[in-house]
Amino acid sequence: MPRVVVDVMLKPEILDPQGQAVANALPRLGVSDVASVRIGRRIEIEFTGEPDLDRAREIADKLLANPVIEDFTIRLVEADETADARS
Amino acid sequence: MTARVGVVTFPGSLDDGDAARAVRIAGAEPVRLWHGDPDLHGVDAVVLPGGFSYGDYLRCGAIARFAPVMETIVDAAQGGLPVLGICNGFQILCEAHLLPGALTRNQHLHFRNRDQVLRIESVGTAWTNVFQPGQEVLIPVKNGEGCYVADTATLDQLEAEGRVVARYVGGNPNGSQRDIAAITNAAGNVVGIMPHPEHAVEALTGPSLDGLGFFTSALKHLVGAPA
Repeated sequence: MPRVVVDVMLKPEILDPQGQAVANALPRLGVSDVASVRIGRRIEIEFTGEPDLDRAREIADKLLANPVIEDFTIRLVEADETADARS
Repeated sequence: MTARVGVVTFPGSLDDGDAARAVRIAGAEPVRLWHGDPDLHGVDAVVLPGGFSYGDYLRCGAIARFAPVMETIVDAAQGGLPVLGICNGFQILCEAHLLPGALTRNQHLHFRNRDQVLRIESVGTAWTNVFQPGQEVLIPVKNGEGCYVADTATLDQLEAEGRVVARYVGGNPNGSQRDIAAITNAAGNVVGIMPHPEHAVEALTGPSLDGLGFFTSALKHLVGAPA
């Protein structure tokens, strides 16, 4: 069953303290060449029937993301497909 | 006739009892409202209390916005019903688009609880009319996601229209833009505040009695409002 993946990210101009905390911790791992880290949220939706991108977009816009501070993207993936393979 | 002020309980609300008590101490009759019941039972004003509605599992206030009681409150608020959102209630009001902007993780990522000085910037709202402009009050703050953000145009508009209701003084506990602690809608009947006035209504349990002014303001507003 294909699923709809919604990726929610804070808008670039909104401070991401979680990402910043991770970025600040990286030198302790010996990583010194990372300029910034932004942390978002990935949501996977499986419809009971055919995946409906319009419905998914509405769900994302009204509930999953707060458009005041967040952007989101929507895409269709096969259940056995990894996110890496798509990107 | 005693004013009736509704206090909504969502699953995860934890300051609803304190809010109801503050309403009673201020001289009104508290009416407990349930999130799943769209009926406001004829109340004259509504308080959305602090806590973690629906566990805040998605985003603070994001799910509470769709509670049956909120559908009614949004309509009533647009019609002039005084609504005060405290902490989680403020987050719900933003998610419901009754107030602009959003509340995000505290800039330093730490939960903050302390007694906080605020400066009352606007006394033209249903919830602040008993204060003096510029009056400083001492009210507890306790939040993990209390950082108020909005785009520059919105912030400028809030300032220009006198809709910044209170600002943090003596240190900003969460990184809120322009030290904003409370804002109001254009009509002045809906106010969202991050600190907790309901915890400053009795000498035994609070740092001051300053919080009472928010609740007595609503009563004064209702007396002056057309029936």
